[in-house]
Amino acid sequence: MSNTEKKSMALIASKGTLDWAYPPFVLASTAAAMEMDVAIFFTFYGLTLLKKNIAAKVAPHANPAMPIKMPFGPKGFQNINWPIPNLLMGNIPGFETMATSLMKQTFRKKGVAAIEELREICLESGVRLIGCQMTMDVFGFTPDDFIEGVELGGAATFLEFATESDIQLFI
Amino acid sequence: MSDIKADRIIDCRGLNCPLPILKTKKAIDAMNSGEILKMVSTDPGSKSDITAWTNRTGNELLEAGQDGDEYTYYIRKK
Repeated sequence: MSNTEKKSMALIASKGTLDWAYPPFVLASTAAAMEMDVAIFFTFYGLTLLKKNIAAKVAPHANPAMPIKMPFGPKGFQNINWPIPNLLMGNIPGFETMATSLMKQTFRKKGVAAIEELREICLESGVRLIGCQMTMDVFGFTPDDFIEGVELGGAATFLEFATESDIQLFI
Repeated sequence: MSDIKADRIIDCRGLNCPLPILKTKKAIDAMNSGEILKMVSTDPGSKSDITAWTNRTGNELLEAGQDGDEYTYYIRKK
């Protein structure tokens, strides 16, 4: 059964690490492809996802469920989840950079789009990207820090859209 | 092999969620109503996703086939 009545989705993206950067952009680009109206409100650490250069990393600290896998070698080797204690992962200098690099390589190998690519598709397909003005002031960002096409607004801007939306998610 | 004749073919092999859907949407947008798109994917999730996407957008899934690790879809643009 096909039900093609126009739907809409409102997302809040509140986190700025690489792993948390994916859900809002994956959902928003797909919803737009499903011909839904979509807006994402980027607040707190999520606001950094609108910067021209996304520097998002994965944070192993306090993230014990994160598998550590190698993006090279035979399949059996790649599937090994390296049992590195979270206490170590979170505290060894440079581990975050290494884990980020491994995750990006694995994603690329598995045919997962880069965050920048998904963000570009979101913009092309009319997803509204709304940056939180308050967060901008608090963290000292200027509009020049962000990619073109970003709107600025506050809680009321998001809520106006959210009240009319079929789906609202806080990420 | 299907006997459906595609007007356009896109190769989404090796791509993972959500790229096959995003590329399918982009291809369909550039086509005329009634034309048929053939999409080839290796993403096992595409089976469910293409069905959901066609239901939502009103484009018609004419045929979904599988040959080993490859999935083939024929979609008629609404």
